[in-house]
Amino acid sequence: MTQTVIMAAVVLGVLGIVFGAILAFASKVFAVEKDPREEEIGGILPGANCGACGYPGCSGYAAAVVKGIAAPNLCSVGGASLTEQIAAIMGVEAVTGPKIVAEVLCSGHGCNKTRYEYEGLRDCRAQVKVSAGHLQCTYGCLGGGTCVDVCQFNAIHVVDGVAVVDPETCVACNQCVVVCPRDLIHLVPLKTKKHVAVNCHSEAKGAEVRKACDDGCIGCGICVKVCPKEGAIVMENNLAKINYDLCIGCGICAQNCPRKTITIDGVVPEPKPKKEAPAAAAAKTGEVNATASTDADAEAGRLTNPSEKLEKAKAAGDRPLSDGERLAPSSQALDTPAEMLQKKAERPAQKKITDPK
Amino acid sequence: MNQIGELLGIALGAILVNNFILSQFLGICPFMGVSKKVETALGMGMAVIFVMGVASAVNYPINKFLLMPNDLGFMQTVTYILVIASLVQFVEMFLQKAVPSLYEALGVYLPLITTNCAVLGVVLQNTQKDYNFIFSVTYGVTGGIGFLLAIVLFASIRERMEFAVTPKSFEGFPIALVAASLLSLAFMGFSGLKIW
Repeated sequence: MTQTVIMAAVVLGVLGIVFGAILAFASKVFAVEKDPREEEIGGILPGANCGACGYPGCSGYAAAVVKGIAAPNLCSVGGASLTEQIAAIMGVEAVTGPKIVAEVLCSGHGCNKTRYEYEGLRDCRAQVKVSAGHLQCTYGCLGGGTCVDVCQFNAIHVVDGVAVVDPETCVACNQCVVVCPRDLIHLVPLKTKKHVAVNCHSEAKGAEVRKACDDGCIGCGICVKVCPKEGAIVMENNLAKINYDLCIGCGICAQNCPRKTITIDGVVPEPKPKKEAPAAAAAKTGEVNATASTDADAEAGRLTNPSEKLEKAKAAGDRPLSDGERLAPSSQALDTPAEMLQKKAERPAQKKITDPK
Repeated sequence: MNQIGELLGIALGAILVNNFILSQFLGICPFMGVSKKVETALGMGMAVIFVMGVASAVNYPINKFLLMPNDLGFMQTVTYILVIASLVQFVEMFLQKAVPSLYEALGVYLPLITTNCAVLGVVLQNTQKDYNFIFSVTYGVTGGIGFLLAIVLFASIRERMEFAVTPKSFEGFPIALVAASLLSLAFMGFSGLKIW
């Protein structure tokens, strides 16, 4: 009996040792040579395997860098310092771009305006399937926190019913961008001193937006007009969009936005001070007349020359007008484009508002 | 001549009559897991043929000259698993060096063969049926061919099923299980097959 037990242990032990030895030998003989730099780069990569670089995991990226397929600056998690380290290992010059962060294009100020009570799974992907979400705004953030769940870096949180990204901790790994069923989250570069953002993603017409949200973009086009840099902010499908390649971060659009949709560093700025106004806008006025012709302008042109209208508006203080406010009783014919659009939107649609492009 | 006939019988039995997957229900996990595309199913089947054949060849002398003389028949299962695991590791290393393209194609399925119970089944049956070396290797290789046949057939069916309209609750895996059972029923038809 004891002999059998001992024999069993010995036989299995010997077999194990023999096979182990064969495998150890084979691993030496059949070793596939790897570039030592690959391991080195793999060692300094964050190991989050988030896939933001576009390669399957950190090891895949390390292999691609060593092969020379991938640039050393693709790891957004590691940022500029990591890029320099990788570039040092590879012996190339580091090219670092601006810090890129995710941004939620919703202010969340429409989150109380609902069409029905949603009582179900707390997941935006589920919520959006129930007749396009419970919010009146069919573009806005549902606050279900799906982006919070996928974030490996604790950089996004739901605050007062809307997802908010912490730009300090965000590493632009793209996970939330991919998962958001509303397509609300975008990666934007923080390259200017002050970061200007349009906190709205609604392509609905002005009237709908006004019903559904306190500060959604109604597509009035004022920001496009006041922008000193042509093309830095454009209107697309009733929605202002900032082109960060051109934006210089002056914040004039934010100061002029009648709906307070545009923010500077996440804060709605005070209305533009008087003395700066003519300088910034006067330089633009001529250009506006020539190029940016919106539908609102076309209507305004029936009554008065747009440039004249703008100047008069400036003379009247040029502050963002709150809803329904008039400049002065006598200036009814001199409505700003925003007001023209609003008035038009309030009327039952007589004429289709096309994109002001 | 008689021996060749017996070999043919073993081969036919392993491929059709006692097909490892569809009649003996061994190795179901790779059968369900790797049968979404014919191409990968083919690769998996090839790898299984190879591992089954080599495992039969390696395990025969170990059983014959190491376990049986020492009266250690009860150790068969443990020993065989050890052998198969090492073998698969070895094959993986070898392929990575020698045929990198095949290694890339097989990917994760290669190490998965370690846990393929059809491989363990074939070596255990070799000892149960008291096959000699030639018969063991034949049974191993043809068992692998049977596996290949079943998984490729099933993968072809599943590729077609992608386009079929199925009830919501049956979509995906459930309908695949039903299809597998029907395929198994079809293979039951071979049970009357005899060479002589």
